[in-house]
Amino acid sequence: MRYAMAIDTKKCVGCSDCVVACQTENDVPIGYCRDWVVEVMDGTYPQLELEIRSERCNHCENSPCVRCCPTGASHYNEGGIVLVEKNKCIGCSACITSCPYDARFVHPEGYVDKCTFCLHRVKKGMQPSCVAVCPTKCMYFGDLDDPRSDVSMVLKKRKWKTLIPEAGTKPHLYFLI
Amino acid sequence: MREEIIVSGRNNPLIDPQLHIWHWEIPLYLFLGGLAAGVLFFAALYTIRNRENDYRTAVKIAPFVAPIALVIGLIALFLDLHHKLYFWRLYTTIRLDSPMSWGAWTLMLVTPLSMLWCALHIKELFPKWDWKFDIIKDVLAFFEKNKKVLAWIMLVSSAVLGIYTGILFSAFNARPLWNTSILGPLFLASGLSAGSAITIWLSKDHAEKKRFAQLDLMIIGVELFLIIHMFMGFLASTQVQIEAANLFLGGAYTAPFWIFVVIMGMIVPAILEILELRKFKIPVVIPVVLVLFGSLMLRFIIAYAGQASRWLY
Repeated sequence: MRYAMAIDTKKCVGCSDCVVACQTENDVPIGYCRDWVVEVMDGTYPQLELEIRSERCNHCENSPCVRCCPTGASHYNEGGIVLVEKNKCIGCSACITSCPYDARFVHPEGYVDKCTFCLHRVKKGMQPSCVAVCPTKCMYFGDLDDPRSDVSMVLKKRKWKTLIPEAGTKPHLYFLI
Repeated sequence: MREEIIVSGRNNPLIDPQLHIWHWEIPLYLFLGGLAAGVLFFAALYTIRNRENDYRTAVKIAPFVAPIALVIGLIALFLDLHHKLYFWRLYTTIRLDSPMSWGAWTLMLVTPLSMLWCALHIKELFPKWDWKFDIIKDVLAFFEKNKKVLAWIMLVSSAVLGIYTGILFSAFNARPLWNTSILGPLFLASGLSAGSAITIWLSKDHAEKKRFAQLDLMIIGVELFLIIHMFMGFLASTQVQIEAANLFLGGAYTAPFWIFVVIMGMIVPAILEILELRKFKIPVVIPVVLVLFGSLMLRFIIAYAGQASRWLY
């Protein structure tokens, strides 16, 4: 099982509902976020192109954060989801510096925190909260090894990209373009 | 004009707008660790080569700097942790992939080793020192007999300590400026240079001072060579590494790097040491302080500039 998420940059309107849903679902402390919206405007006026991406931890298959963790707190969990075990985390921040996507932060309680793909919901057969709440239904979540999962189907149909694949991380967050 | 505007809704403390998660604690520790590694390396080296009496300061006096530096460094490392009460988790596992794990275990070996080395030579500093318990005397007598073995262990572990201080950074591919394996040898060389500077300072023997001034000159030469190669490597690499190098070649860190690290920390002390070897009277403290300052600044600037360098996407 390899969990992954696909986000349709053509459908996303950048409303940040996913950000608020995540903060509410996961009790993310005020002033912090596990997911966020990036808007990239590119081109020469008036030929401008706008890409909107809802970003979060890429749950990489070759995670630099898991590799550099000195205590094993950062680890691969069910379906390749990268998690931090807070009772093992010493807050050394090595994983934060190792992440090319800057997806992690230090929780005010001292341990390092990040997106969990809402594993607690996924285990119950539900969608991650950001996916569930999206008003334009621009996010797809599922198992890459299952050819009939939402994410596998949409990746077969559409063109997609991942963020900085040249960093060698094998990210599991796909952006439909 | 073609323009690209990127707006991000993320504003996590210490991460945005620019990563600044590691403050003074890490570079200070890297400097102190490198210094301790340098001092212990020379002590071990000259013990193995049976030159204890020729280089008395290096073998018997300068190593006293090591445990002090290491303990201060360890305190700095502890202060850097955000989840401090869980620090012992470092010692419930060995993770070969993680430089931080290597460092934690190396320190676990080197710190007591440096203290043992000082205990063996405590009479050099305090001639009237007497251990209270016989068992300590017995233990020390055992190590005194096997000092060569101890020196070999110290030689290897101090080299590992010196190199690891650089590898700690170079293992992070997310920060293009750090992602060069030259940092390992460069930080080792910088630590050895700091170690020989301390020995020059503490030594009262002219021949020993001269020997270590020559050594230091050689190491500074190696450091300059490594720095040139580091930039050659960056400039021949990908866009992100070219931009990382540009932080030092016209960017924000150009002046501090070339003035504090290269000129004040390497070239000026090298010139002063050459003049000294040519019998000019120069207070020895000046090149020594400059070398230590340059070594400290190297860590600070690499640590801070590295966090400013990133992938583009």
